[in-house]
Amino acid sequence: MAKNLSTIIIWSENTPGVFFRILWLFRRKMFNIETATVGYTEIPNVTRFTITVSGNGDQVANMCKQVAKLVNVLRVEKVADEKLISRELALAKIQIKGKGEKGEILKIIEHFRAKVLHMTKDTFLVEVTGGEEKIDAFYENMKEYRIIEFVRTGRTALFK
Amino acid sequence: MEQKTKLKTRLKEGEKVQGADIVCECLLRHGVRTIFGYPGGANIPIYDALYKYPELHHILVRHEQGAAHAAEGYAWANGIPGICFATSGPGATNLVTGLADAMLDSVPLVCITGQVPSPLLGTDAFQETDVLGVTLAVTKHNYLVTKAEDIAPSLYEAFYLASHGRPGPVLVDITKDAQTAYAEFHIPLPKKHLEGRVRLQATPKEVEKIVSMLNSAVRPLIIAGHGMLLSGDGKTLLQIAEKQDIPVTLTQLGLSTIPSTHRLFMGMPGMHGNVAANRAPNEADVILAVGMRFHDRVTGNVAKYAQQAKIIHIDIDPSELGKNVKPTLGVVGDAKMVLEQILPKLSKRRNPQWLKRFHQWKREETEKVYKKELHAPHLKSAQVIAEISRQTKNKATIVADVGQNQMYAARYYTFNDYNTHITSGGLGTMGFALPAGMGVKSADSNREVWIVIGDGGIQMTIQELATIVQEKLEVKIALLNNNFLGMVRQWQELFYKGNYSEVKLKNPNFQKLCDGFGIPSLKAKTFKETREAISKARKKRGPFLVEFVVEAEENVFPMIPAGAGIADMIVSPKDK
Repeated sequence: MAKNLSTIIIWSENTPGVFFRILWLFRRKMFNIETATVGYTEIPNVTRFTITVSGNGDQVANMCKQVAKLVNVLRVEKVADEKLISRELALAKIQIKGKGEKGEILKIIEHFRAKVLHMTKDTFLVEVTGGEEKIDAFYENMKEYRIIEFVRTGRTALFK
Repeated sequence: MEQKTKLKTRLKEGEKVQGADIVCECLLRHGVRTIFGYPGGANIPIYDALYKYPELHHILVRHEQGAAHAAEGYAWANGIPGICFATSGPGATNLVTGLADAMLDSVPLVCITGQVPSPLLGTDAFQETDVLGVTLAVTKHNYLVTKAEDIAPSLYEAFYLASHGRPGPVLVDITKDAQTAYAEFHIPLPKKHLEGRVRLQATPKEVEKIVSMLNSAVRPLIIAGHGMLLSGDGKTLLQIAEKQDIPVTLTQLGLSTIPSTHRLFMGMPGMHGNVAANRAPNEADVILAVGMRFHDRVTGNVAKYAQQAKIIHIDIDPSELGKNVKPTLGVVGDAKMVLEQILPKLSKRRNPQWLKRFHQWKREETEKVYKKELHAPHLKSAQVIAEISRQTKNKATIVADVGQNQMYAARYYTFNDYNTHITSGGLGTMGFALPAGMGVKSADSNREVWIVIGDGGIQMTIQELATIVQEKLEVKIALLNNNFLGMVRQWQELFYKGNYSEVKLKNPNFQKLCDGFGIPSLKAKTFKETREAISKARKKRGPFLVEFVVEAEENVFPMIPAGAGIADMIVSPKDK
């Protein structure tokens, strides 16, 4: 994951094409979106985006002003990390070679408070949640073994 | 936005009619009188409904790009959104350049395009293009409407968005089945979150700050742009300037906000701007920038622009504050309304020393540029524009195209009346002026409209001469013919070792072309012929074209080379 990410939270009307409009605008202003999570919220017909981007403070603040101009967008906030509790979820499929390895992998899973969702004779399918650093560390540890597949959702966040 | 004046509306609240009727009813209820458009397979139902609405005068253009630019001219002259109709596919894609132009120059447009029937969407049907996707980048907002009942809400919102806050183009793409389906007509309620969005006035604290910065300034400067012109009038701006003796510069799109003859008017900044307007930002201590956006053509290299100055930036669009130049104080608000707030609080003062600098700069430009241009032995574009200015008593509306002709129009016409200079500033669209001029004349028949255009630009939208004839629009066309793409040629001469790559034009016989279209024309090669031709063109009723054969390789000066700072301005060729 890139360092020095800024979190932008966007509330929008839940209308067709709104995701396209927002993502297009980030591209138009030459931002690379690092992560984006989208979903329904406690308010009916309102979709909430949690987007992380890299860029200096002024650039990100200007980006937020641009997003605020979109007709379907209700509110935009660039939020400092300390005001948020954020989490992401990762799923990993790991190959097991022999019994010795199985024990080692299970220890790592336990250490990261991850969950085994599915197990076959020679694979684990693991779910882990946490901050980006924890997911990074989990990945680094698992890299010692063979990672068949690995996906992460990107940051989603709530205000403290 | 709905017009409060008495209108003969057709539909009653709740009446069940076809979607196409709702389209026309919405236009009528928004005070629309003129539509620029082109029919096709996917918008035939709207044209059929139009038959029942004779108050909606439709101008049949010859290409949809012409419709978009004409609607821009119309909006610019009238201050209300210009309307375009186009069919699906190529009809809609032909609008794109005009939409992009309106987007960059904040011109309110409502464009209504036909779309293939909704069951065919996404099947690559005949004349199907993803118009929503294609026009996303060039509109303030756009809609795809697939149901008749959604037509009125979308159109009402489109009118609201086009004309509120920073104006811009809005496109409504309506499927053919939505045009033919029946729905009840209801006047929609505006969306709440849109209503509170536009901030017009500054806070008392902001007003106090602006006032204290201006009151304590020693070398103040005003730079006003299109936002000032759009906000209604230049009187408040002038009152502020006069009260504090502040020199005023107007960006290209701000020209004609205050009279060019006013003692405090110091010209236009920018790449081919006036000497004083380009020197002042680097000497001023406080700059009041209002309704302008520090465009790269105005600032040159921003790192070398007004570094010593405290900048107050007022704009209705919050995203403009800090986008190009970081202001000391950024204020969101309507240009005129914020100026009205600060005016009574400003102290009276005089700045004789500071103004003396401007007069020196003005003299320098007169000596090095104006005298040479206006007294040259061969016919120059500057002489043509100055002569049009003289004969029209500075009262015509100038619709300028793009390139050298545009710079000559901006520099050598004396704008005395409010909102009489119209051009394609942001996008720089060659071919803009002919249809835009047509739109201006159709919006306001009392204006004397002069279209200033080059031999390259006119051939980009020349088909609209037919529209001008069909509509009997009395526009006068000043064709500055140098048989070159002049601005590119100038760059090639100055910065590309004189390699004239693909800039020479073998032009048609413009007189014969005009004959074919049915437009009277004259050709002028000398200053004497110029004077006579302009006079004849003005006397003759109806459209008229004068082809001025100007010096082939003339250059526009001063010039700030691309990427250079404003201090690196080349005033005349000798300085280079």
